[in-house]
Amino acid sequence: MRFIFDRNTWQEIFGSISKNKIRTIITIIGVLWGIFIYIALSGAAKGMDNGFESMFESIARNSMFVWAQSTSMPHEGYKTGRQLQLKLEDATTMENRIPELQYIAPRNVKGFFGSTPASIGRANKSGSYPVFGDFPVFTKIAPKKIYDGGRFINDEDIDQARKVAVIGERTQQELFEKDEDPIGGYIKIDDVYFQVVGVHKFDASGGFGGDGDIFIPFTTFRRLYNTGDDVGWFSIAAHDDVDVVKVEENIKALLRNLHRVHPEDERAFGSFNLGEAFNRIIGFSKGITFLSLIVGIATILAGVIGIGNILLISVKERTKELGVRRALGATPAEVRNQIILESVFLTMIAGIIGIILGAATLSLINSFTQNIDFPYTNPTVPIPYVLGALAIMVILGTLIGLIPAQRAVSIKPIDALREE
Amino acid sequence: MIEIKDLHKSYKMGSNSLHVLKGINFSVKEGELVAIMGSSGSGKSTLLNILGMLDEANSGEYTLDGVPIKDLNETKAAKYRNKFLGFVFQSFNLINYKNAMENVALPLYYQKMGRKERQEKALKYLGQVGLTEWATHLPNELSGGQKQRVAIARAMAAEPKVLLADEPTGALDSTTSFEVMDLIQKINDQGNTILVVTHEDDIAHMCKRIVHLKDGVIVKDEKVKQVRASEYV
Repeated sequence: MRFIFDRNTWQEIFGSISKNKIRTIITIIGVLWGIFIYIALSGAAKGMDNGFESMFESIARNSMFVWAQSTSMPHEGYKTGRQLQLKLEDATTMENRIPELQYIAPRNVKGFFGSTPASIGRANKSGSYPVFGDFPVFTKIAPKKIYDGGRFINDEDIDQARKVAVIGERTQQELFEKDEDPIGGYIKIDDVYFQVVGVHKFDASGGFGGDGDIFIPFTTFRRLYNTGDDVGWFSIAAHDDVDVVKVEENIKALLRNLHRVHPEDERAFGSFNLGEAFNRIIGFSKGITFLSLIVGIATILAGVIGIGNILLISVKERTKELGVRRALGATPAEVRNQIILESVFLTMIAGIIGIILGAATLSLINSFTQNIDFPYTNPTVPIPYVLGALAIMVILGTLIGLIPAQRAVSIKPIDALREE
Repeated sequence: MIEIKDLHKSYKMGSNSLHVLKGINFSVKEGELVAIMGSSGSGKSTLLNILGMLDEANSGEYTLDGVPIKDLNETKAAKYRNKFLGFVFQSFNLINYKNAMENVALPLYYQKMGRKERQEKALKYLGQVGLTEWATHLPNELSGGQKQRVAIARAMAAEPKVLLADEPTGALDSTTSFEVMDLIQKINDQGNTILVVTHEDDIAHMCKRIVHLKDGVIVKDEKVKQVRASEYV
């Protein structure tokens, strides 16, 4: 193996390669194209993967919403079409009976689902924004970024039913002056004064909520709108390692039981399972990644076979040259090594150029997708994948080089020299 | 230098066997310039190929510089060729993508000589054949005579024991042929052993000894009075 580290070997190979330019270029293009496709495809797929990941970043991946609808089956003497109402104590029961649950946030809103938005006023300015009644635990399920100096609703707010509010960016812009600090300021929600304790940053990639949402303590909301123990819907997060679809089923079964609904009444409670939706999308993008891996490797393979093919032809063309080399004292091993190393060297060069071009294309894609409304971020190929592809190419290049190399030494030097 | 005893060689052509060499006995001393003559089919090229270890005899003994040449595998043959022999071919057999100097340096590469040393030595031998200025030219930029001189420089660069020339003037016009023979004579004058295969009488007479081959046997082995090629140039 010492010949590999011998400078002379490489000079000889470099000489042979650089002086047969057309052959070299054609040979290189095959593998270059292969690795380019591989890098570009898998990088692009990774970009989509990252895009979906960041889309779901702002919300717990195994979370779901559950709300009440009306029954579609008669049960225990109740008629069909009974309007159901979720209650605060349902949360406690669920927490006790379903161990897979991590967080339950009962929520109420005014301004969605048919109710008119609250009218918000401050001095001579006013507007309508949806108002949410929330517990602090809600931020565990859907994290809210709060601007410096502010905070979200805390437990004391709940206990004392404080009249405090967390407002949105848009609300701040519309109700406060530009250089005015909203924290500590007062706004009027449906004729009741609230002190602003925080401004939440609107995250467009979250896909839920808006930049005008106002959050107030659940207990304050209850008093303000006289909702009693009614809950609009539950935001629920399950533990990371559980089957969210099954948890969803359990929750609904429990709710049917609590609210005396027929056990088979599927329409009594509505739900939206983010975890399931997320898994589906991740599965889709995993599929794309796998596909691009297969396509990329197949293309590399085709490229390497192309190199083998061209080297095979070139060995035929160079029969005489190889005969002369052997007449001058090249051993069969030296001739064989030269052909194999030419193959490996060409594969490597092509691979490296392909990787560079692929990376350039990815950064181009990245700059083009910077500000589009499509989940696409940071298309990259992990270094191990790149190194793996290079390793595959070197191995394949060696294996495919063996064929022409064997052919080169199978011809006797005397026959090689006779060839005209 | 070369010792050959009862050398036989036959080629199998399908079911027929062609007996090319039928018991050759001959020896060459150091410093000799021997012409091997014969018409085509006489076996002269076959003999040279066996001497050059490019081909193997069926039977007989071959000793080169005291080393018995037998049981050759390709690797061993390659090593012996590199160490003992220099080849000059009728069709020059230069490597077309290497320039004159690189062609001359090639056998030195297989002697594992370093690049710099190789190039220096190649230039020295190119100088001896009068082609220093053509060192960086590719073979297709050289005339036939120049190509053959590069080939001779390449054969000499490895400092072989014996120089084997197979019809070295076969592809050249007579003026160029004499130039090449002049060069071969000069190399011989320095004490090198040279074997020249030819079918041309005047070329053969520029050697010191002529071995006539006919139908696979030596029919005549004579010392001749050398005609200096320089007289014709």
